[in-house]
Amino acid sequence: MIMTSVLVLLGIGFTAAAILAVASKLLYVYEDPRIAEVESVLAGANCGGCGFPGCAAAAQGVVDGKAGATVCVIGGDEVATNVAAIMGLGFSSMEKQIAFVDCTGGIRAEEIYDYAGVSDCRAQNLLYGGNKMCPEGCLGHGTCVTACQFGAIDMGPQGYPVVDPALCTACGACAQVCPRGVITIWGMTARLTHLNEITDCLAPCRQRCPGQINIPRYIEQTSRGDFAGALETIRERIPMPLTIGRVCPYPCESACRRTHVDAPVGINMVKRYVADWEMNSGQRQPVTCAPETGRRVAVVGGGPAGLSCAFYLRRLGHSPTIFESMPSLGGQLRYGIPEYRLPKAVLDWEIQGILDLGIDVVHGKAFGTDFDLDSLKEDGFEAVFLGIGAWMNMTLRIEGEDTKGVETGTEFLTKVGLNMETGVGRKVVVVGGGNTAIDTARTSVRLGADVTLMYRRTKGEMPANIEEIIGAEEEGVKYLFLAAPTRIISDESGHVTHVEYIRMELGEPDETGRRSPIPVEGSETIIDTDTVYTAIGQKPELSCLYDEGGNCPLEQTKWRTLAAHPVTLQTALPHVFTGGDMHTGPGIVITALGEGRKAARSIHQYLTDGAPHYSAKVQRDLIPYTMFTHVPDVGYRKRSTVPHLIGCDQRVCTFKEIEGALSSEEAKHEACRCLRCGLTCYNRDLPARECNEDGCVSRS
Amino acid sequence: MDYFTLVIAAIFVNNIVLAQYLGNCPFIGTSKESGVAIGMGLAVVFVATMAAAITWCVQRFLLVPFDLAYLQTITFILVIASLVQFVEMFLKKAVPPLYKSLGIFLPLITTNCAVLGIAIICQREEYTLLQTIIFSIASGAGFMLALVVLASIRERLDLARVPTSLRGTPLALIMAGLMSLAFFAFKGMAS
Repeated sequence: MIMTSVLVLLGIGFTAAAILAVASKLLYVYEDPRIAEVESVLAGANCGGCGFPGCAAAAQGVVDGKAGATVCVIGGDEVATNVAAIMGLGFSSMEKQIAFVDCTGGIRAEEIYDYAGVSDCRAQNLLYGGNKMCPEGCLGHGTCVTACQFGAIDMGPQGYPVVDPALCTACGACAQVCPRGVITIWGMTARLTHLNEITDCLAPCRQRCPGQINIPRYIEQTSRGDFAGALETIRERIPMPLTIGRVCPYPCESACRRTHVDAPVGINMVKRYVADWEMNSGQRQPVTCAPETGRRVAVVGGGPAGLSCAFYLRRLGHSPTIFESMPSLGGQLRYGIPEYRLPKAVLDWEIQGILDLGIDVVHGKAFGTDFDLDSLKEDGFEAVFLGIGAWMNMTLRIEGEDTKGVETGTEFLTKVGLNMETGVGRKVVVVGGGNTAIDTARTSVRLGADVTLMYRRTKGEMPANIEEIIGAEEEGVKYLFLAAPTRIISDESGHVTHVEYIRMELGEPDETGRRSPIPVEGSETIIDTDTVYTAIGQKPELSCLYDEGGNCPLEQTKWRTLAAHPVTLQTALPHVFTGGDMHTGPGIVITALGEGRKAARSIHQYLTDGAPHYSAKVQRDLIPYTMFTHVPDVGYRKRSTVPHLIGCDQRVCTFKEIEGALSSEEAKHEACRCLRCGLTCYNRDLPARECNEDGCVSRS
Repeated sequence: MDYFTLVIAAIFVNNIVLAQYLGNCPFIGTSKESGVAIGMGLAVVFVATMAAAITWCVQRFLLVPFDLAYLQTITFILVIASLVQFVEMFLKKAVPPLYKSLGIFLPLITTNCAVLGIAIICQREEYTLLQTIIFSIASGAGFMLALVVLASIRERLDLARVPTSLRGTPLALIMAGLMSLAFFAFKGMAS
């Protein structure tokens, strides 16, 4: 019986083995041996961060050519090198990606109902989209913490998750489970090319800033003493913190939520403080750049827009070349803004830092005469950024305008910037009410002239910065409001002697909200003068775009500026982008810097993806629900004032810088005034008993 | 015997997991997500049916004529293991999408006692070939039902506050016990 059993089992076994042997021969499927090899070098976490269902599938994907050597998001360069070796692929070092939490609200966010359900963000989100008043902020149950296989996320003390960059592998599990989209995985490229979206945690100042700087973040870093971090935050959006810290009219402060309590936070003072800290430390903070791509881009114009565009193109790995017609870079920063507002030494130091990243500059070549779009293409430039600014002056359109001694303000300022003889007289009349007019007036004062500034509206309508208007008055500039020149009178030699002007009165507000001036008949008056500077507006010089036949391949706006897509800044020619004054007309420096970055972003996408693209959620206007004016539970804290380096009496004869930087205590005080706003949340003063931290404000 | 009664009995009254207590390892192991549970359930239905049909033939034409019924268990294991291997190879060649979706579940079933159990029950009850096939499909479906229900419960439980000592398998076993109690309500509906 044992014999029978053994024989029968052996028989069955052999039969099965034979069938399987035949089957394996017949049903053999070729499998690339490299799949197993690749799988063996992958991280083996089966985290799914690569987009494939597990490591085996990822290995299959690599062998099938669906994924590159850098498929494994958590393995880093080491795994990528191994995979590349097996597959015989080349690979360039991966950009370090990391989970980023875009919410600073946490427990500060107001709740609209009491939630007593399951402690899970996804579950709570099903109930009216969560109980936080802020529609975009973190719900705070820590679902991302449980989703993270690597223990890289913790629920921070502020009620929103905190990522440990050393442990984060950028697998994306946290971003997948977050119902609010608070967490994103991104690296340097994504950070540099991000445009504000209405779902981002945008404090009012961030919405208002034309450069889209993450203001609350760098102020918070400054208050912690992390000045290098603050500069890095600023340099993600603008390359020139020193310059902006001095010349920006800070539109951000007009949106500051603290305005409704006492006075806006001195945002620009803080920026200037950290920027000066870097310059005075004598050591430049390192600026990281992506690996070289070898793609060449021509940047026409070395003003703020061009410098910003070149800076970000370089940081994204491309090779920009700046073409500048003037002897030095800087554009209006150098030739328009006077020394006492922006010392040339500071500007030179800042520009050198940008060029040190590896940006080529071609001097003395003018667009349209020495080269054009076609020659750039022949020279191997794949894309072009046009940022030649707005240097052409508007004319007064009155009799005698071409008299000797009548000049435009920008020409005068350029001559001063180039250290040339200006020919300024003793009695100067400046026509206009903008910053250029004030700069012209204050510069003339420093050259020993008696200056009268003529403006056709009143002080309240002047577009210039209020500090500038007051500063000019302090220095002895006389204002002649509600006056417009009607005639320039000259002597026999053809030199100006008088200006005839007519009095104006303010009429009804026009569609822009400004009251338009109306001349008062018969009120003509004559004043003495020997020099007249006009500063009544500028526009771009677009004649350089036309070829010999008078054809222009690009389109223009009705304001005679270069037309471009408002978000991507792409012009009618797909490889040509623009920005700055050439696109917007005369504007402020921060707008030009912001447009430079936007253009660099579009050029990067044009070079890598074929066309620039943007999200439908891009923020264009201020978000209405974040602009509330009732800000309870915040106490009064005095705003710092910028110290003046030199007194009023000395200012008239020196071009030395007037405004100074805050002291470190003042900077810290100013940084602590910041409410760290999110869309709707902000720092409320704590009750006295909870107030035990340094610098904490107690509710009185 | 009425086929309808046979199906109802196999799925609800004598549910292979909850009443007969077979196949507990995959029942606990693959019931963490309902998607996985459905995949595993389908694989069990498929393999159990094939295995029951083939072992019925083996029993009928090999073991019984040669008076070797005492070798039933070991023979069945051998046959089922070979069968699963063969099916895996066949699917990989002929129906790659199905092979991919069944994934790792096919080799898991090789040693699944639910499959062996179904084959042996068919012999004990002396079913015909047709009854065997219907019974094994229904039993597989019963296994799948239990698996999917438990997976759904466990997905909900992931969101709940559970004492640390009960998290995971302990709680799954308690849930399985409660489900088993619930299925006892079918007892006596059909023999």
